[in-house]
Amino acid sequence: MEKMSRVTTALGGSTLMGRTMHCHLDAPANAISVCRDAAQVVVAGRSIFKIYAIEEEQFVEKLNLRVGRKPSLNLSCADVVWHQMDENLLATAATNGVVVTWNLGRPSRNKQDQLFTEHKRTVNKVCFHPTEAHVLLSGSQDGFMKCFDLRRKDSVSTFSGQSESVRDVQFSIRDYFTFASTFENGNVQLWDIRRPDRCERMFTAHNGPVFCCDWHPEDRGWLATGGRDKMVKVWDMTTHRAKEMHCVQTIASVARVKWRPECRHHLATCSMMVDHNIYVWDVRRPFVPAAMFEEHRDVTTGIAWRHPHDPSFLLSGSKDSTLCQHLFRDASQPVERANPEGLCYGLFGDLAFAAKESLVAAESGRKPYAGDRRHPIFFKRKLDPAEPFAGLASSTLSVFETEPGGGSMSWFVDTAEHYALAGRPLAELCDHNARVARELGRNQVAQTWTMLRIIYCSPGLVPSTNLNHSVGKGSSCGLPLMNSFSLKDMAPGLGSETRLDRSKGDTRSDTVLLESSATLVTNEDNEETEGSDVPADYLLGDVEGEEDELYLLDPEHTQSEEPEYVLPQEAFPLRHEIVDTPPGPEHLQDKADSPHVSGSEADVASLAPMDSFSLLSVSHALYDSRLPPDFFSTLVRDMLHFYAEQGDVQMAVSVLIVVGERVRKDIDEQTQEHWYTSYIDLLQRFRLWNVSNEVVKLSTSRAISCLNQASTTLHVNCSHCKRPMSSRGWVCDRCHRCASMCAVCHHVVKGLFVWCQGCSHGGHLQHIMKWLEGSSHCPAGCGHLCEYS
Amino acid sequence: MAEGESEVRWDGLCSRDSTSREIALENIRQIILRKAECLRSVRETPYRPPDGLSNAVSLDGLNKLLAHLLMLSKRCPFKDVREKSEFILKSVQELGIRIPQPLGQGPSRFIPEKEILQVGSEDAQMHALFADSFAALGRLDNITLVMVFHPQYLESFLKTQHYLLQMDGPLPLHYRHYIGIMAAARHQCSYLVNLHVNDFLHVGGDPKWLNGLENAPQKLQNLGELNKVLAHRPWLITKEHIEGLLKAEEHSWSLAELVHAVVLLTHYHSLASFTFGCGISPEIHCDGGHTFRPPSVSNYCICDITNGNHGMDEMQVNSAGNISVSDSFFEVEALMEKMKQLQECRDEEEASQEEMASRFEIEKRESMFVFSSDDEEVTPARDVSRHFEDTSYGYKDFSRHGMHVPTFRVQDYCWEDHGYSLVNRLYPDVGQLIDEKFHIAYNLTYNTMAMHKDVDTSMLRRAIWNYIHCMFGIRYDDYDYGEINQLLDRSFKVYIKTVVCTPEKVTKRMYDSFWRQFKHSEKVHVNLLLIEARMQAELLYALRAITRYMT
Repeated sequence: MEKMSRVTTALGGSTLMGRTMHCHLDAPANAISVCRDAAQVVVAGRSIFKIYAIEEEQFVEKLNLRVGRKPSLNLSCADVVWHQMDENLLATAATNGVVVTWNLGRPSRNKQDQLFTEHKRTVNKVCFHPTEAHVLLSGSQDGFMKCFDLRRKDSVSTFSGQSESVRDVQFSIRDYFTFASTFENGNVQLWDIRRPDRCERMFTAHNGPVFCCDWHPEDRGWLATGGRDKMVKVWDMTTHRAKEMHCVQTIASVARVKWRPECRHHLATCSMMVDHNIYVWDVRRPFVPAAMFEEHRDVTTGIAWRHPHDPSFLLSGSKDSTLCQHLFRDASQPVERANPEGLCYGLFGDLAFAAKESLVAAESGRKPYAGDRRHPIFFKRKLDPAEPFAGLASSTLSVFETEPGGGSMSWFVDTAEHYALAGRPLAELCDHNARVARELGRNQVAQTWTMLRIIYCSPGLVPSTNLNHSVGKGSSCGLPLMNSFSLKDMAPGLGSETRLDRSKGDTRSDTVLLESSATLVTNEDNEETEGSDVPADYLLGDVEGEEDELYLLDPEHTQSEEPEYVLPQEAFPLRHEIVDTPPGPEHLQDKADSPHVSGSEADVASLAPMDSFSLLSVSHALYDSRLPPDFFSTLVRDMLHFYAEQGDVQMAVSVLIVVGERVRKDIDEQTQEHWYTSYIDLLQRFRLWNVSNEVVKLSTSRAISCLNQASTTLHVNCSHCKRPMSSRGWVCDRCHRCASMCAVCHHVVKGLFVWCQGCSHGGHLQHIMKWLEGSSHCPAGCGHLCEYS
Repeated sequence: MAEGESEVRWDGLCSRDSTSREIALENIRQIILRKAECLRSVRETPYRPPDGLSNAVSLDGLNKLLAHLLMLSKRCPFKDVREKSEFILKSVQELGIRIPQPLGQGPSRFIPEKEILQVGSEDAQMHALFADSFAALGRLDNITLVMVFHPQYLESFLKTQHYLLQMDGPLPLHYRHYIGIMAAARHQCSYLVNLHVNDFLHVGGDPKWLNGLENAPQKLQNLGELNKVLAHRPWLITKEHIEGLLKAEEHSWSLAELVHAVVLLTHYHSLASFTFGCGISPEIHCDGGHTFRPPSVSNYCICDITNGNHGMDEMQVNSAGNISVSDSFFEVEALMEKMKQLQECRDEEEASQEEMASRFEIEKRESMFVFSSDDEEVTPARDVSRHFEDTSYGYKDFSRHGMHVPTFRVQDYCWEDHGYSLVNRLYPDVGQLIDEKFHIAYNLTYNTMAMHKDVDTSMLRRAIWNYIHCMFGIRYDDYDYGEINQLLDRSFKVYIKTVVCTPEKVTKRMYDSFWRQFKHSEKVHVNLLLIEARMQAELLYALRAITRYMT
């Protein structure tokens, strides 16, 4: 922390010397200000008001202005400013609304000079006129700014911002009569000191309070503002309308901003909350700070450049009760730590890679892998002498070209589209996928699918006459659950809490399931059969004294089965739950060795499956008599890892989904998650949104399955007034017009809306589909040749 | 036989499209009539073995449906649904089945039903609000109906609440409702607890959790302590509390989750204040909101009994009010006069600094002893105590022991600068929403006072706001706390204090006895100020602790 470099700068006769140093204050500081001679600094806070002399090696306390028996609130300072013309004159803004001036030339111990008690609320900011000796300006929470002449007892003029809370006031350095004020509602106003009746100009600079502003010391009309919205903006006020010239996005709300002397584009900022560092930005390079000072342990509340013509000394006060002098030379420069690199794929699979020259040179021995065998082509960018960041401008660009046809990924797309991942019995899924792979000429993959089928399914399905074997066994069929919500959705409707509880538990844990199905079979008094052990469609039995009357609802019917309160589609998007998406195929084989066939199972024998796959698809398969159930699992796991290593993450994920719980437990969650994310990323790059969404839905990993539940809101703007439509998706509140009309039937579209990206006409999905079957022109008659795919 | 209630789909009714509403209603009608028919045939067939259990179950199911239908017939913003629901109820009645009747006197027990906006007579803006609220929740709750006195605020309130409960956020949905239940239970607010128990189950929460906090996951149990301190003595929150939650091995909270939880807790603490402060009645379709008994038997609900508000009570107060009409008329005049005086003489006599500081201390200390005289123990109407532990921990025993409340200086940590930034950083967009809500609540005014128009009420509003913060030890350097004493009389202070600190003890008498000449809408306005000020105070303490933890 104690960096020992020393800097000496000569500034027109006087010399500034010093090093990075800090001293401890007794209390948190709220603001600091530097004396004209750059040798003294004043620190003010709630319970501190002191002047320190800046010496070469350390800060030395010169004067404590907080005197008197009982410190009054007048001394609780929100802001302090030292006059830049008169070394003896200081002003403070008190939290109770008083503006106090101090005259260091007074012989007595108490240096307090004048007291202005005109503001009703906290005064946030005071500011001396840069050239005039007696003019002081204050801005307060009550929305007023007042201009004081120190030769008089009260204010000369009052400016009303017509809004709550003035946060900052600053006299223009160049224009004698102008000052800027910033407000809590995001506005910035420009005033002429001679005209208190109304402001010269007003514009909205930020979203939320503007905490600070600073005029550029040289460029007339440049004003930097910082706000709660974490932005620093630079405005050009010389034009007719204030023009935003630069915008720097920081990571926390901006509490102070100060232009760096002698550096036209640099400014220093510190933040109000969370972030304790001071940054110096080059406004033309808004993403990486030019320099960073990390000395403070709590938020920095005041910053000041030590001398108006010396760019290397920065002083700061902080809530952590320290006063610091930072040397620019000791600042950490994030730019140096960053490795500027760029990587981009071309349309035809070409890969371009740009990096700092030094980095590429160092690695030249190693040839980067790029999927083809051609040599990279190197470009070197010429240095532009006008460029502000000369040090970074030298970079190399490498382009790796793909061999034509070599990088074709059509097999990937075809496979992704044709694979079946769920909704059918395992055997069928495997067969289907094997067929898909074979058709694409991927015989190894096809073989793998066939083997999976052999491993996990008996060659011939157990005939459905085996049905009454055991219901408990039925639950062991690990079919991927198509509609994983169906169970849960039904549950609240059942009414009874205990029942809901049990069926929820079932989907989660196997043991509970076991119990519940056992009770189902053995317990005659059981009121309801559980809907638990049915994967794709579900069983709803209402026994009510007639135990044999069971209903198996077919999937079509389930559509009408929804919970009582379901959010409507309009206005507020329907949301699924983030957790508790009950992973479907969780019922494992370990059920196979659970012998709980009881005598009463005949009662439930009428449980006839509607579909071929139904409840019982997996019997005691081949192996379960001869081989332990997880005999193959290591093999399968190795196989998955093999495919993933090969880069065929598609295969790994597909098998993972299809085979489900049988292998999942052997592979650690992180790897699974990694596979899933890679596959989803690939799918999205190929714009296979539907497939990717299906994969997300079928994944059992929590981190993955919440992917399609984030940001599901769709914002719509009115087509007439271009404003966002807040309450309803089809009627604009402002212009009271229906925004989305169907071009075919001229009615309002309230559901699915499809529109042409070329001419932006559209309408009901069905109508447009129908129309475009018969005609290729836009139904609105605009002459555009629309395409529907 | 009965296929379970799950068949009934209420969501279709929330649609803005009248045809889809009609279809949904028709569907409901058929199901209900079928059920009713079933029930009747069961009753009328003598040779069928009497099966009391299943009969009772299906009757119970039907009754739930009927209660819901009753709610719709009264509280649905769509006219067609209201009419049709009533029609269905009538036709069920014709089948000889008893239909439920609403209990109580409208959405609030304090405000006569005729003062409150009737559903159906709202203007376009309010209708849009109602429709939004109905679409989001499938109901129009009584809180909404009372808040609609101030539609501007209501809109912001609903938006925030919807975002907190249903939109993207770090916590899973059932956690959010459970936290709401925990927070409301601290004030024994059975209204909110009931409401959120339903919602909690609806989003798939585990019913076991409802048996008590000890059945919930450890993670939520850990939150119990923060809930307790936040509700009653927020100034005691330290960064150790925060650290305890964030570093609890596998049960630890993330910062974002914690901020979400804190916002929810404070929201529901203050909403509990509102519920009691305005005497919100139970929802029609919830327990205690309707009866199947003939209307003549008894006309008051349990909550009324426990709070000592019998139907008769209103009569007495009214007659008492008549006597003191002139008296209370002077109250308003006096208040206006004082405001004017304060406005004028402010510049003339300037109190010394010590004077100002001591005024704050006096007000703070006095606020502890401001309590209503009828301060007896009230047992909660429904057994909500199982949702929280340590029932004895309340605001009361603290004030009795005269504990010292440390001073929190708003100039050092305020919502606009610090709280907002922290919340928005950890739980994006919510900071903005809450900020808007605070602003609307603080700046809301119609420039009226009782029968006077064009009055600048900012001084009065600021006094109320700062008085509440004063009770929590939050001090504004730039405020003269002497003003509070001038503007707020004792009965008003009693009301504020009770609503904010021990809302479960609010009685109708308290509500009636302050500001007697003022309109009900103005009293609701006061309540809005109270709950927002309380929420901000709690948030400030909690967020300051989080900030301290982070630095």
